[in-house]
Amino acid sequence: MALGLFDIAGRAMSAQLVRLNSSASNLANAGAIASSAETAYRPLKPVFGTEYEGRTGRASVSVLGVVQANVAPQRRHEPGHPLADAEGYVHVAAVDPNAELVEVVETSRQYRNNIEVLETAKSLTLETLRLGR
Amino acid sequence: MDRLDQFFGVHGQALQLRSERLGLIASNIANAATPNYKARDLDFAAALSNEGGVGLMRTNSGHIAPPNTGPGDGPAIRYRQPLQPSLDGNTVELATEQLQFAETALRYRSTLGLLNSRIQGLTSALKGE
Repeated sequence: MALGLFDIAGRAMSAQLVRLNSSASNLANAGAIASSAETAYRPLKPVFGTEYEGRTGRASVSVLGVVQANVAPQRRHEPGHPLADAEGYVHVAAVDPNAELVEVVETSRQYRNNIEVLETAKSLTLETLRLGR
Repeated sequence: MDRLDQFFGVHGQALQLRSERLGLIASNIANAATPNYKARDLDFAAALSNEGGVGLMRTNSGHIAPPNTGPGDGPAIRYRQPLQPSLDGNTVELATEQLQFAETALRYRSTLGLLNSRIQGLTSALKGE
């Protein structure tokens, strides 16, 4: 079946929702402390890919996967912390709250754009159905 | 059917092309965050002059006739020239796409209106009122 306007916008909305969820996870774990660099939280990033439909030139979007960003956790000297390692260091998740907030704003704007597409597609379809009446 | 097609004139084809264009712009909006996606749009005049929708153009007699793939796979689809390309290779500019989408939706509606008045003219002629 051909890729309809509803499919395109619907898939884009679920992709944006994955992006919003990963940003929310990152923000929730901002400043989370772990006892080693391996167990510390690493920010999640969704990877988007285009799904082309060759015949009509339309394209949808899909989430190819959610990867952990390759940023080392911050090492902080806090000997009094219960999670500190033998040398007195704790490992703080390398989440940039500003970047994540910008990501959230951009995601919500693009999500809204897709809702707008859906609404227009719906009203145009209804008007086409009423053709000749 | 041929007579009916003639009666509706270019509007039937125009309606189909407008919905094709809406699909392309919706694809651009959907891929606003996909790295390396290049925004595309339909060259409406080229698509309309190329009878029977959007097909492969044969400019030389040596060209192999394309299989009947239907509309969409032809030279009428063009890449949009971005005003300011972003670093991730994505050329979707949301303001442009929103504008084009709104315009195409409006034009689709006006084509619907023209078709509607033709149908109403036809039905009033049939009823003889």
